[in-house]
Amino acid sequence: MFVFIARRIFQMIPVLLGVTLVVFLIMQMVPGDPAVLLAGESASDEQVQQIRSQLGLDEPVVTQYFTYVKNVAQGDLGTSIRTNRPVIDEILTRLPITIELAFWSILVTIVLGLLAGIISATKQYSFSDISLMVVALLGVSLPNFWLGLMLILYFSVKIQIFPVSGWGTFMHVILPALTLGTGGAAIVARMTRSSMLEVIRQDYIRTAKAKGVKERIIVYKHALKNALIPVITVVGLQFGALLGGTVLTETVFAINGIGRLIIDAIRMRDMPVVQGTILVVSIIFVLVNMIVDISYRFLNKRIDLN
Amino acid sequence: MNKQDQDVLVVKNLKTHFFTEDKVTKAVDGVDFKVKRGETLGIVGESGCGKSMTSLSIMRLVPSPPGKIVDGEILFKGENLLDKSEEEMRKVRGNEISMIFQEPMTSLNPVYTVGEQIAEAIRIHQNAGKKEAWNKAVDMLKLVGMPSPEKRAKQEPHELSGGMRQRVMIAIALACNPELLIADEPTTALDVTIQAQILDLLKKLQNELGTAIVMITHDLGVVAETCDKVAVMYAGKVVEYTDVDSLFENPKHPYTEGLLNSIPKLDEDVEELQAIRGSVPSPSDLPKGCLFAPRCPYARELCHQSLPDLTEMDGEIKVRCWMHTEEWKREDTPITNDKDQTDSDKGVTLYAAGNS
Repeated sequence: MFVFIARRIFQMIPVLLGVTLVVFLIMQMVPGDPAVLLAGESASDEQVQQIRSQLGLDEPVVTQYFTYVKNVAQGDLGTSIRTNRPVIDEILTRLPITIELAFWSILVTIVLGLLAGIISATKQYSFSDISLMVVALLGVSLPNFWLGLMLILYFSVKIQIFPVSGWGTFMHVILPALTLGTGGAAIVARMTRSSMLEVIRQDYIRTAKAKGVKERIIVYKHALKNALIPVITVVGLQFGALLGGTVLTETVFAINGIGRLIIDAIRMRDMPVVQGTILVVSIIFVLVNMIVDISYRFLNKRIDLN
Repeated sequence: MNKQDQDVLVVKNLKTHFFTEDKVTKAVDGVDFKVKRGETLGIVGESGCGKSMTSLSIMRLVPSPPGKIVDGEILFKGENLLDKSEEEMRKVRGNEISMIFQEPMTSLNPVYTVGEQIAEAIRIHQNAGKKEAWNKAVDMLKLVGMPSPEKRAKQEPHELSGGMRQRVMIAIALACNPELLIADEPTTALDVTIQAQILDLLKKLQNELGTAIVMITHDLGVVAETCDKVAVMYAGKVVEYTDVDSLFENPKHPYTEGLLNSIPKLDEDVEELQAIRGSVPSPSDLPKGCLFAPRCPYARELCHQSLPDLTEMDGEIKVRCWMHTEEWKREDTPITNDKDQTDSDKGVTLYAAGNS
């Protein structure tokens, strides 16, 4: 287990290098000069030039990239062009908010997804199965910003149970978490259903029945643990989609998290912040997938991590 | 009535049919047999003759839909299992009637230890605590001849061989000391040497515990080794019901005869084994008269016209064949099936034997 974790952390290095390179190249291709944006419309060419050399933007692209990677390796994510604060501080003040949002959203994904999937599988072709799967199809198809807006419109504006936007109390969490979690829940539900349907036809489920085990225990003990392996893979992947989704959801609900930080930084061509944030998000994603891989081992000891 | 002779299981006119969109498949169609305490009944027949569905019907585990027990009685210790609620059936399954299956490789849950899987049956039916059930599970493993049972109990199925897994299945089945054990081809998936071990084990445990066994098999060797009574099934019906000695010495039904002829004999030097030509008719498309008539070397016109009853011959022997009836004596139509057809496809088959 320890060897596995150490190896996975080591494997993160090329992944993260790749991430920085891709983000760096994309930001180079995006039109707009950060120096111009920072100096303002009325600034003279000299002022712009001055800012550019301050930021090191007059160096060749390759040099800029290697300087950046070198700094990151030393734990320095740079300084925000916009606010002049260290990027790491910008991220750390917002990260807890996004993590909290992501936590509740993934909870929505897992709980709703598993429940719907199990009900569908155990009552295959029943009315509840068909209706749950129709809802799941809707859940996959609806864009989450639209769902967010509709939830605000109904629950915050019309019947006014939840706040329209902002962050702070548990009431603030519910609508964004639903917005962000339902898409994943729909995918998890469909995956759980098909995985459970396959498992409940296995010989060992018949053995459990022949032992006199109650139907409920067969489903939740004998079948579910076997059915979870592909579901967990999907949950891990959904977590990535969910991190991407925070960008839209945080914007719709005006939550000051990582997602909005990225949007604002891209708008201002605030390169160091864009790079740093995406790097941090990538690290989280890789770590979550490592946890997913480790959890396989707990579900099924036949899986050898090494 | 002497308790020793008491019938543990009496199956009367059991019919299990499968209903699909456009047709009804009569997998089990009027099966009768009984099993006494401590006795072994063999149910023999080719694949698809309804043996497994008969056993699943007794457990009330026929996959439903599409399967349904449409008629008959399954009397277990005098009570009709078909009248029991699902809740009542759960108390019977694994407790009073147990079952072991053909495929030991897939019949155990891959994510729980074998000890847990045995202990589960004990905890469900005997109100045992966790520790007590675990200890009993280890005892059961010892009983079925598992070496170092304490260690094995903590292993998962994938760590055990096929024979070992079948021993675990037997341990699960016998954990609550059932009165009836249904063994559905328990040795088919195992190596020959392991087969003998498992059959010996079943026989030994039967002697110790007095369990009645229904042995489902297509292997007449298994029948000779283990059974007291035999029901030969063909296309969902019992065609011959006899004791094991009469079965081998004096088979009454042409199908039974055919099955016996298809076994190689050590003392005879034959070029070619006699196979029963053709194959079992599909239960959804049965012939009109005797179900075996299209394959029977003795069949005459009468056989194609109507289905004979299962009639008692002498003692407990019953057979479903026109040849043993009064009508047959009056039947003077010629034999309908040409014997030579069987010789049409000669070939050489190499047989490679050995443990896997």
